[in-house]
Amino acid sequence: MTDAVLQVEGLTKRFGGVLASDGISLAVPRGELHAIIGPNGAGKTTLIGQLAGEVAPDSGRIWFENLDITRLPSWRRSKLGLARSFQITSLFSDFTVLDNVALAVQAHAGHSFQFWRKAREETSLREPARAVLARLGLLGRADVLVSTLSHGEHRQIEIATALATGPRLLLLDEPMAGMGPDESARMVKTLRDLKGDLTIMLIEHDMEAVFALADRITVLVYGRIIASGTPQAIRGNEQVRQAYLGEQESADA
Amino acid sequence: MLYFIEQCLNGVQLGMLLFLLAAGLTLIFGIMDLVNLAHGSLYMIGAYFAATFAALTGSFVAGAVMALLATLVVGIAVEVIAMRRLYGRDHLDHVLGTFGLILFFNELVRLIWGPAGMTLPLPSQMLTAVEVLPGVYYPLYRLVIILSTLIVALLLYLLVMRTRIGMLIRAGASNREMVAALGINIKLLFTLVFGLGAVLAGFAGMMQAPILTVQIGMGENILIVAFVVIIIGGIGSIRGAFVAAIIVGLIDTVGRAFLPDLLRMFLSNNAASSAGPALSSMLIYMLMAAILVVRPEGLFSASSR
Amino acid sequence: MKAQFRPRDVVVAVVLAGMALLPLHAALTGNSFLMSLCTRIIILAMAAVSLNLIMGFGGMVSFGHAAYLGIGGYVVGILAKEGVDSGFLQWPLALAASALFALAVGSLSLRTRGVYFIMITLAFTQMLYYVAIGLDRYGGDDGMTIYRRSQFGGLLDLSNRTAFFYLCLALLLLTTCLIWRIVNSRFGMVIRGARSNERRMRAIGFPTYRYKLVCFVIAGTLCGLAGVLLANHTDFINPAMMHWTRSGDLIVMAVLGGMGTVLGPVLGALALLVLEEVLSGVTEYWQIIIGPIFLLVVLFARGGIDGLLGRIRA
Repeated sequence: MTDAVLQVEGLTKRFGGVLASDGISLAVPRGELHAIIGPNGAGKTTLIGQLAGEVAPDSGRIWFENLDITRLPSWRRSKLGLARSFQITSLFSDFTVLDNVALAVQAHAGHSFQFWRKAREETSLREPARAVLARLGLLGRADVLVSTLSHGEHRQIEIATALATGPRLLLLDEPMAGMGPDESARMVKTLRDLKGDLTIMLIEHDMEAVFALADRITVLVYGRIIASGTPQAIRGNEQVRQAYLGEQESADA
Repeated sequence: MLYFIEQCLNGVQLGMLLFLLAAGLTLIFGIMDLVNLAHGSLYMIGAYFAATFAALTGSFVAGAVMALLATLVVGIAVEVIAMRRLYGRDHLDHVLGTFGLILFFNELVRLIWGPAGMTLPLPSQMLTAVEVLPGVYYPLYRLVIILSTLIVALLLYLLVMRTRIGMLIRAGASNREMVAALGINIKLLFTLVFGLGAVLAGFAGMMQAPILTVQIGMGENILIVAFVVIIIGGIGSIRGAFVAAIIVGLIDTVGRAFLPDLLRMFLSNNAASSAGPALSSMLIYMLMAAILVVRPEGLFSASSR
Repeated sequence: MKAQFRPRDVVVAVVLAGMALLPLHAALTGNSFLMSLCTRIIILAMAAVSLNLIMGFGGMVSFGHAAYLGIGGYVVGILAKEGVDSGFLQWPLALAASALFALAVGSLSLRTRGVYFIMITLAFTQMLYYVAIGLDRYGGDDGMTIYRRSQFGGLLDLSNRTAFFYLCLALLLLTTCLIWRIVNSRFGMVIRGARSNERRMRAIGFPTYRYKLVCFVIAGTLCGLAGVLLANHTDFINPAMMHWTRSGDLIVMAVLGGMGTVLGPVLGALALLVLEEVLSGVTEYWQIIIGPIFLLVVLFARGGIDGLLGRIRA
């Protein structure tokens, strides 16, 4: 069909009276970092939910690498190479950082109907996990309990666990939420380093980060796409300015 | 045929009792997020109080009224002393805590009233049968149960849907914090809801006392069937509880009445007699299993949470 | 999970060592009451430990675990009544029946969670309870005596109380060892992760339902083994083995002993059964006391004995 890693057609989702997704269609080619922006309540999280397999769309189709995944459950999509991070940190809080990442590795390292060997001693799980942590500069925190980490570190572990599943498409739901300027800058660098290897769909409010990273941007308002194109095109788009960018732009100008 | 109609009416009557219990449980779970296993104890206490007060006053009606009040008092006491501390905790905590309460109440009843159980005789006016259909007679009291529980169901509906308190109850069910933030006395609301549940349970226990039983442990047997009703009807849905209660009541009663005979058509007399009771008791659970396969969230699952 | 010498481990070791010496005490004093009580504690501890696999580690609160005690016991009893008293036939069949029931109930109940799950497991076991009451041929409500314990040829004589005691103790140790390995294995990690955050587990690629189902079956089968032992111990089977209060007792044992550990429920079983023995000696209405005790444990001692012990620095 196409070179698009992700193709969405006519995705529609209604919650009672609210139209959260209104005929959303887009295509993300390989290696692109595609940002989704829009005001609160625009339906960004619902979109991610449908792409990840947690929310069933009322109508529309989703293709991942030319495979129709619309009806597939979330764990199957993960197995196919689609990983996501969560907007609200949701790690395994009673486990260590390494345990968390190793679990993600384990999910893609054959089956887990293995009842005797200690999982924590399996180098085939621990080593790849360490490698991912090293790539993100978190190796020093490997044996720390997740519950004791800072917020910024939590967000980074979210990315780490998503990466550990060996994905070809990353869905990132506001990875920079609640981060200070230093941490954000570090996250931007991390994401920039990931570009190219992976295709990334990024939902973010942090406009600096979005314009620094995105190859293309789609703007969502009230569940509908009002604009989609290069960062320059979006910056210059009147509708977008009015609906969303207005306040931010005047602050920078 | 007459027998069939009679059994159907009995099934509806059982269903109405189940509905009262299920409705109380649903309210308490919906508003306070509390899993109350001790609900059956309130059912039992209602029956015991009714039997005791009726014997003391010599009047069925006076005994009934006093029993309802007494059950309300016990319910409120239980809420203030024990249940309050369980709100907001893990469901496992609720299960364990209320399990302890069941043991306590069963034993307390045994201490006060003895192990033998009690009877609650019907007033003589109730001891007649009514012709519900040409040639079909049905005991008046059982009709009274059906009608009175229908009235209670209607009152409950009006309360929840048409009054300010009902509005608070519905609001509290979907967003507890918001209701509290609005300055409503949540503690009082919870106590009232629990009290309402207690009265519903006590009323059910009291109504069935003359025809079924007043004994220790009666609460748990029917409570578990009430759970089956909630599972089939959908947690959080009173309408679902009503429909499911009627279905469960019918299937259990009619099934028990006709299954042995049905089996006799296929099996030997002996086999049918031994398998009959065992299989009959499985019917409602088989229904529950079927619903779980097709629609795990129940027939009328409420939205939210 | 560093296995150093924590206070709890020391206590359990002491307890189990003490238990191992009981037959000696019985032989010396001629009084086998303690040994009999401890046999019962060991058997129920096995049941509680199996429950904790799904409850403490898997987050699946089953209020119907006593079903497997009943199934294990009834298979032995029914086969014995029908003339099959070879343990080599009875025991595997009992385990298979337990596994099958767990598979059936689990596959349905695990499609739900939370309160629903608790109620459904309770309901299915209640169903089994009523079925047992309806089994006139096998005693119905009154139950049925087993005249001959499971026979193992020359290998083992279960009617020898001492031999039976050590068999139960050995099987308890085997069960806890097995569960300990499971909990730390790949499988155990999936189960524990699913308890911690099931949504995340599915997001990273685990089909959690099938793992939870297998775990549920394992727990049911192990409890079925406890049921087999229970029937042999009491030489009797009755529907009360599957009464919902028995399921509740198992939950209490696990919570009391500490749900976060493999051995915790052993202490819980010991504590509960000893408490019951002591209280029933004091008053006929001992449940009036024990009921509120459960409530108090829930309110103030949620970590269980384990939690209390943990506060004592080694």
